[in-house]
Amino acid sequence: MPRTAKKERKKLEIIKTACKLFAEQGYYNTTIPDIADALNMSVGNLYNYFNSKEELAKYIMQYSSKLLGEEIKKINEIDISTREKVFLLVKRFIEIAEENPELIDYFLRVFLSNREVFSEGCEGFLCVQEVVTEIMLFLEEGVRKGDLRNQDLFVAFVSIMGPLGGIVFLKGEGMLMKEPIEYADELAENIWRALKSD
Amino acid sequence: MESFKIRLAMKNLLWIQGLSCNGNTQSILNAENPQIYELFSKINLLYHPSLSVENNVLDIVEDIYRDRLSLDFLVVEGAITNNKNFHKIGDYSIGEIIEKLKNKARYIIAIGNCAVFGNIPSLYKENKDIKGLQFKFKEKEGFLPSDFKTSSGYPVINIPGCPSHPAWFTQTIITLYYEKPLILDKFNRPKELFMYLSHDGCIRNEYFEWKYEAEEFGHKEGCLFYNLGCRGPITHAPCNKILWNRVSSKTRAGMPCIGCTEYDFPLRENYFETKKNIGIPEEVPLGVSKRAYITISGVAKTLKNERVSKKLEETD
Repeated sequence: MPRTAKKERKKLEIIKTACKLFAEQGYYNTTIPDIADALNMSVGNLYNYFNSKEELAKYIMQYSSKLLGEEIKKINEIDISTREKVFLLVKRFIEIAEENPELIDYFLRVFLSNREVFSEGCEGFLCVQEVVTEIMLFLEEGVRKGDLRNQDLFVAFVSIMGPLGGIVFLKGEGMLMKEPIEYADELAENIWRALKSD
Repeated sequence: MESFKIRLAMKNLLWIQGLSCNGNTQSILNAENPQIYELFSKINLLYHPSLSVENNVLDIVEDIYRDRLSLDFLVVEGAITNNKNFHKIGDYSIGEIIEKLKNKARYIIAIGNCAVFGNIPSLYKENKDIKGLQFKFKEKEGFLPSDFKTSSGYPVINIPGCPSHPAWFTQTIITLYYEKPLILDKFNRPKELFMYLSHDGCIRNEYFEWKYEAEEFGHKEGCLFYNLGCRGPITHAPCNKILWNRVSSKTRAGMPCIGCTEYDFPLRENYFETKKNIGIPEEVPLGVSKRAYITISGVAKTLKNERVSKKLEETD
């Protein structure tokens, strides 16, 4: 395996472990030695991958955004109706959340809760650019085709992301009666109704 | 007698008009460096509808047609039709005049958007037979065939604009006068002029870069692209390189570029409003994908530039 690919794989391993620890113990209660310990790595070696805890924290968000952004991009590029895209988008989001629960936990418990960590270089949409861009492209295409209402971008944006974030939050809290994926179609229908043109 | 000899040695130019508002003529009268009289001291102006008093255009056309007079430059202003109810010169339609001259001229130059693309006259519902010389809007379905070329080997050389800038015309004529090569773009416009966007050189570019958008007219600050319909990043024209009256341009004066050098100029609506879907411009700057435009706009807006958020007078 080439060195860079090996390094990327190791980085991914670090992300997953760090995510879990950050979410469980809190960002400030988790130290670089804790993360290194959990990975059976030396602290020095971990610093070969990330210069600081803050850099690691931001990288996790960029990684998550890229992962989700690429999935939404695939949906954007499929030749199906806007309504079908909404349903597929909801289904894929829930699947990704199920496959990577630590990323969702991290998003809810670290990214949204410790904004000061992300205030430089990760503010606004900077670390979640891919997701925001793909959602905007999806909305723009829907409006251009006449399928979606030409409403305020932010209202439309939260009409999609709000319900999705909410359902995975409730899952994390152990509140749901059914598996999240079983709510996918009803959620998608609600999002579709909030966005559609008539 | 001496002057007659010189005239014989000079290259000839004939300017004719189809369906036109005379705007390009008005524009060319403002030419500087060279001025119009300097230009026509080197080139013999056979006839111009607004300038010629004594010469009879039909006699000149006939002389050219019968090879009694050579024609180096045929300049056409205005859209072309065969319908004499809409336009005629003597008993000829402008279409018939073009037919007589098309194989006689060494160069044919279409000046202004009407002669180039058909422009506003081509929108007449009452007459579907109104076209540009070699284009009708985007399609190469103008009055002359798509593969038409003059004896020089060039198709109709297009200098669009509503009106075109006088220097675009004089620069092109001088290039051809000295037999220098012209590279043309896909709409047969000289690249040297139309490879630039009217965005290039705009003094509001700093606002464009940082996505600081003007919300209304009358301010020195703010880019006109996002809200006020500016076509600068989508329009091929050197308006901010070769300034108008050597002084200014639309965007410098706070007026959006309305894209008057492009084929779709008369096909759009609401010239002072940017068409947006859910806050995203339907058309994004040339050369960038919508994805790239959204990404860079989001980053620029998030990072904020202190300078562009202030009134210019209040900046350091």
